[in-house]
Amino acid sequence: MTNETVIKTDKLTKRFGDFIATNEITFEVYAGEIFGFLGANGAGKTTAMKMLCGLSTPSSGNATIAGFDIYKQTEEIKKNIGYMSQKFSLYEDLTVLENIQFFGGIYGLTDKQLKAKSNQLIETLGMQNEAKKLVASLPLGWKQKLAFSVAILHEPKIVFLDEPTGGVDPIVRRQFWDLIYSAADRGITIFVTTHYMDEAEYCNRVSMMVDGVIKALDTPDNLKKQFSASSMDDVFFELARGAKRKAD
Amino acid sequence: MADVELHNIVKTYNKGKVKAVNDVSFSVNEGELFGLIGADGAGKTSIFRILTTLLLPDSGNASVSGFDVIKDYKNIRSSVGYMPGKFSLYQDLSVEENLNFFASVFNTSVKENYDLIKDIYVQIEPFKDRRAGKLSGGMKQKLALCCALIHRPKVLFLDEPTTGVDTVSRKEFWEMLKRLKQQGITILVSTPYMDEATLCERIALIQNGKILSIDTPDEIVKQFPENLFAVKANDMSKLLNDLRKNNEIKTCNAFGEFHHITFQNDNENSHNELIHILQKANHQNIELKHITPSIEDCFIKLMN
Amino acid sequence: MKQFLTFVRKEFYHVFRDKKTLLMLFGLPIVQIVLFGFALTNEIKNSKIVICDYAKDEATQQIINKIEASQNFDIQKTLFSHRQIEEAFKAGNIKLAIIFPANFNNDLSHLHQAQVQIIADASDPNTANTLTNYATAIIMDYQQELMKNNVVPFRIVPEIRMLYNPELKGATNFVPGVMALVLMLVCVMMTSVSIVREKENGTMEVLLVSPFNPFLVIIAKAIPYLLLSIVNLSVILILSVTLLDMPINGSISLLFAESILLIITALSLGLLISNVAQSQQAAMLISLMGMLVPTMLFTGFMFPIENMPVPLQVICNIIPAKWYYTIVKSIMIKGLGFSAIWKETLVLFGMTVFLLVVSFKKFKTRLV
Repeated sequence: MTNETVIKTDKLTKRFGDFIATNEITFEVYAGEIFGFLGANGAGKTTAMKMLCGLSTPSSGNATIAGFDIYKQTEEIKKNIGYMSQKFSLYEDLTVLENIQFFGGIYGLTDKQLKAKSNQLIETLGMQNEAKKLVASLPLGWKQKLAFSVAILHEPKIVFLDEPTGGVDPIVRRQFWDLIYSAADRGITIFVTTHYMDEAEYCNRVSMMVDGVIKALDTPDNLKKQFSASSMDDVFFELARGAKRKAD
Repeated sequence: MADVELHNIVKTYNKGKVKAVNDVSFSVNEGELFGLIGADGAGKTSIFRILTTLLLPDSGNASVSGFDVIKDYKNIRSSVGYMPGKFSLYQDLSVEENLNFFASVFNTSVKENYDLIKDIYVQIEPFKDRRAGKLSGGMKQKLALCCALIHRPKVLFLDEPTTGVDTVSRKEFWEMLKRLKQQGITILVSTPYMDEATLCERIALIQNGKILSIDTPDEIVKQFPENLFAVKANDMSKLLNDLRKNNEIKTCNAFGEFHHITFQNDNENSHNELIHILQKANHQNIELKHITPSIEDCFIKLMN
Repeated sequence: MKQFLTFVRKEFYHVFRDKKTLLMLFGLPIVQIVLFGFALTNEIKNSKIVICDYAKDEATQQIINKIEASQNFDIQKTLFSHRQIEEAFKAGNIKLAIIFPANFNNDLSHLHQAQVQIIADASDPNTANTLTNYATAIIMDYQQELMKNNVVPFRIVPEIRMLYNPELKGATNFVPGVMALVLMLVCVMMTSVSIVREKENGTMEVLLVSPFNPFLVIIAKAIPYLLLSIVNLSVILILSVTLLDMPINGSISLLFAESILLIITALSLGLLISNVAQSQQAAMLISLMGMLVPTMLFTGFMFPIENMPVPLQVICNIIPAKWYYTIVKSIMIKGLGFSAIWKETLVLFGMTVFLLVVSFKKFKTRLV
């Protein structure tokens, strides 16, 4: 991990009418870091993530993603990030190989690169026998692993993962984190949200969002010390309990 | 007395190609809080739909409150409460309208059973004029629970009520279930979150349509066949790789702050040996301790 | 009963809170009426015509002057033989030919009766019909003038020939067609979409696992659309009477009764579709492709059924809107009573019963 900053936000704010979804959030994420972005439902995580991915324009504040300005260079940002959510990840009616080729093609990989990449990817995932099968026929865990691999196919600087392990079984969940680790080792910055508190422990640093503001940001160990808690679960509970914005 | 019973239930889809439920049998006692624990696609929803008479099993038989799920489906429908996995309220109706509607669908009124839902409803009452579609995850879930309870069902089926909900709301939700249990309602709940298993009286662990184990959470933990240890060091990622390479280590899984391991030959010697090897590999602040397995440990063990 | 009323009220909430759909529901008939009424059958101006005058007498000259003065016609040529007429049509751009036989004035003043032949290019039947009407009106106008100055009654008998489409039926009175179209579309699409929406939202699951009778769910869903359709129907009728001078010669209550019959047919069709469709999009697509298109093509209000090949004519017979279209025309335009349309009503009724039975049989009290 270096100290090169890949995400830098300064008082980033998004308002919807009177409602302030994210309120002047300021933080930095370093290259190669696994950054856990936690918060209660409705705390403003999704809104913040959309702004960081260049999908939504902030109401005020500044941010740079991979060195690009969040207002003016959204196209550049999109080339340098990967995104994977629990809901949409892959085309169910295309085969594994077709999905890889499609997403690789979108990011402008050459045919040669694509071929090498897809072979390598299928081998890493141990999916040689499934390469020509429709994604719909795969178990959820495999889909999620494949979706992640596809999201980092173009070797982005940062990959945003929105609850990537929701609902998968305990073994696949761990295999998934193995993939995250190896991507981080290659220097890809991981920005991840999760509802599994043990996964928060896998992150280098964790931020806790409550009612649109970042209430705490530190390593899991330091957070536990700070709140004299025995687990991240307790830290989360301590912080989110006071949330006012439950119904939103 | 068993309130819910399943005998050798099989359910397949796509003309038998996909086996969703594979010879599942278990029973839930009256007034029990029973958990069905498993990942997405394990067959939990199919089992729930068979019990709520929404699906017909391929073979086997099942009953709820003594009524057969096929023959007496009408009796079951009027006596159970069901909260499907998907958000099952009318998004364009307000909180109050939703509640009133479901009350009258079940031929009752909100007033009549208000005592049962009062604890939960007071939390969402400030938003009673808000459209259900505009509520947060936790609030929607509470409203859905109110709607499922409004006719004072004997058996309550909750299919993944806490999926996608944050920990705080999840804790609150389980508190509510405990209070409902005290009212004598039999509750069958499914969840993919292993940590919620300990909150049930008895659980069934399910994977690929098959039951791995059924017992109280304590018993399941007791049945864990080996001694389980937790290891920790400064560089957890490297530690995981080193542990996996080590032949003395039988199993190794990341568990948040610690890695959980079991030994091939479980004795004092091998423990010391491991610490020694790790020290030699430049690991710092090594911590090794014996721990009680969690349900997730048991689940992983049973899956292998 | 209270249960049922709550359900109906809930359906009304859905309908009135979905502003876009509501706008479409009421906008659609108005747009169609305006579209068909003004844009599509507007007055035809400066149509190119030819005149073949064998008589060349005082009377024909006066009529030709009148035609020339009319804004509707633009006389291209005066011809001298039938052969030339055919050539003119074949060359295109000529819409109408008027032929005065020799001795026109003679016949008129001695026999008190003369004939004039009007030939129209009916490959575009709407235009042909309108143009012949214009021409006939001019000739009748002349006849009226003659009568004023004379005690003896005169009669000019225009002999009209429609080229290429001799029977020229349907097409003119689009209002019954629009009525059929709107009722089918609204009822079929709205019911199927609203039932499938409950499936998608997961609320159907909860409703099924309740003592509420599933059939009541369906009936409760149908009621708001039934009422909306009746409102819609009234809007169409008022618009067509006030804006388009459409007559309602027959009994209005009979018209509404027959319309309600069609609405029920449509509702049961919608129910049938909702059994098959798994998503709202699918329901909408099936309704559009399965209802809108056949209703437009096979009811006879756009394309005359008589001109279709036999297999298509058979298909027309299974389209409920076709029977309704015939019924509405008989009531509104011909002013006929029930005795004249009982056959069509019976067919429509049979269809409704059939569809209802099938859709109730097919209705799933469980998930797939």
